[in-house]
Amino acid sequence: MNLDTLTIAEARRALDAKEYSALDLTNAYLDAIAKKDPDIHAYLEVWADSARAEATAADAMIAAGKSQPLTGIPLAIKDNILIDGRIASSASKMLENYRASYDATVIKKLKAQGAVFLGRTNMDEFAMGSSTENSAFGPTKNPLDTSRVPGGSSGGSAAAVAAGLALAALGSDTGGSIRQPASHCGLTGLKPTYGAVSRFGLMPMGSSLDQIGPLTRTIDDARTLFEAIRGHDDNDSTSSPDDLYPVRPLRRIVGVPRAFVSSGVEPDVLALYDATLERLKAAGYELRDVEMHNLPFSLPVYYIVCPAEVSTNLARYDGVRYGLHVPAGTVNESYEKTRAAGFGPETRRRIILGTFVLSSGYADAYYRKARAVRDIIRADFETAFSQVDCIAMPTAPGPAFKIGEKTSDPLAMYAEDIFSVTANLAGVPAISIPSGTVVRDGKNLPVGFQLIAPHGGEDILFTIGSGVEKL
Amino acid sequence: MTDKVDIAALAKLARLEISPEEMSTLEKELPEILSFVDAVQKASAGTEHVVPSLRNVTRPDTDPIETGTFTEKVLAVAPARDGDRIAVKQVISRNKKS
Repeated sequence: MNLDTLTIAEARRALDAKEYSALDLTNAYLDAIAKKDPDIHAYLEVWADSARAEATAADAMIAAGKSQPLTGIPLAIKDNILIDGRIASSASKMLENYRASYDATVIKKLKAQGAVFLGRTNMDEFAMGSSTENSAFGPTKNPLDTSRVPGGSSGGSAAAVAAGLALAALGSDTGGSIRQPASHCGLTGLKPTYGAVSRFGLMPMGSSLDQIGPLTRTIDDARTLFEAIRGHDDNDSTSSPDDLYPVRPLRRIVGVPRAFVSSGVEPDVLALYDATLERLKAAGYELRDVEMHNLPFSLPVYYIVCPAEVSTNLARYDGVRYGLHVPAGTVNESYEKTRAAGFGPETRRRIILGTFVLSSGYADAYYRKARAVRDIIRADFETAFSQVDCIAMPTAPGPAFKIGEKTSDPLAMYAEDIFSVTANLAGVPAISIPSGTVVRDGKNLPVGFQLIAPHGGEDILFTIGSGVEKL
Repeated sequence: MTDKVDIAALAKLARLEISPEEMSTLEKELPEILSFVDAVQKASAGTEHVVPSLRNVTRPDTDPIETGTFTEKVLAVAPARDGDRIAVKQVISRNKKS
């Protein structure tokens, strides 16, 4: 088996054909992690013993003829998804020693299939960031060029898959945190429709934006992992009933928001985007310009709505029920000292920003205004989807950037999310697919092509995406 | 609209202790970020938010969990316990100063 090219589909075939065992496969990944991860730092913790036990149990399932799509498949899990009894830290000092009290719903589903959990992956603290440099435990490096970031916030998950240290991984995407690292590491990354996958057991960041999704080598693998984790969950009131959205017939029309795409993207990335569109056209898709006047407001809206939700969601970390606790004379002093010691700079920045936009006197001008603009952005998508199957954009404005390049300028870092936040604001599904490479400092760096579909339109993304993948 | 942002007041609201160095960094950064997000003012939307297609998401309150089922699990991660309770510093003080 070649871990640098192996897919879930091929591993499934080989496992069921008994060409190798799930234990062989898991051991191969554990060896690769031991050899390569010290240079990449994709993992915060590797669970070698339990992974081998899970692989052995998977082998018994396979031998009994009870193999399911993910039985014996070694996965990496982002550090903000709970696994009963395991540390889940969100790459924060606040939760450095926190052990989860229950399984996230996605984990429960993967356990039922007999998947193998290799370990938990590095991320930007509480999923805030676009480079994984905001981890309290040091940055992850891009396996394709270790002087560069893997993207973020699911950078550890992306780096693990790209370096052959996991067959696939789970990430979470609030404003691009699955798709942008997928783009920077040459992978496929899916942000499902808001409500398609249960958020129960995912540490909340922006509750109206967050979704768990897969990072994989192929679209086929992304579909397999998505099918395994999707579905309504009684424990998440924002998870959707399975038949909420109508199935739309495919018209083979791809929308192009030309004016928005042309602004703020690096020239060779734009050229790759155009080349991919041309290939779609050659494959029989009609390209249609779509007017989406409110898309340029997406990034400002996102950086009001997201910090607002962060400031309320992270109020739970107060050192009382779990996590870090710094003793002090009064309960208020203890809150303030615990939160000062537990949260990193970007987390504190967003809490302060969110507190401001929600504060009396400013909430109308910022938070409520942003919420209303979010509604008209969503309406722009609905109008566009009355004419086209999906909308194509770059995933990010450029390829992976250098470690340290943007850490001192929050607005430059936020600009990474310009194309990806749109789908989170509208709640629609989006996928990033590898579309070629651009050259920086003599190195070929991958660039993603993003497709965005209507609510419940993951199948549209897989179908048209497979077209892009095979072109 | 936002030339002066009172970081100290926001930190107090957010229950967050902030060092003097970070205070001066945030006093510079926050207005920059706010002037960027201020672009939303140019959008042709009011502040009214319409919640579309509401549906009931409350599940039936059946099969209640028996008291004590998760007590040990929850207390196991608490910083301090007192019997079957999480121990917290006194919140309301009898000490009348005014």
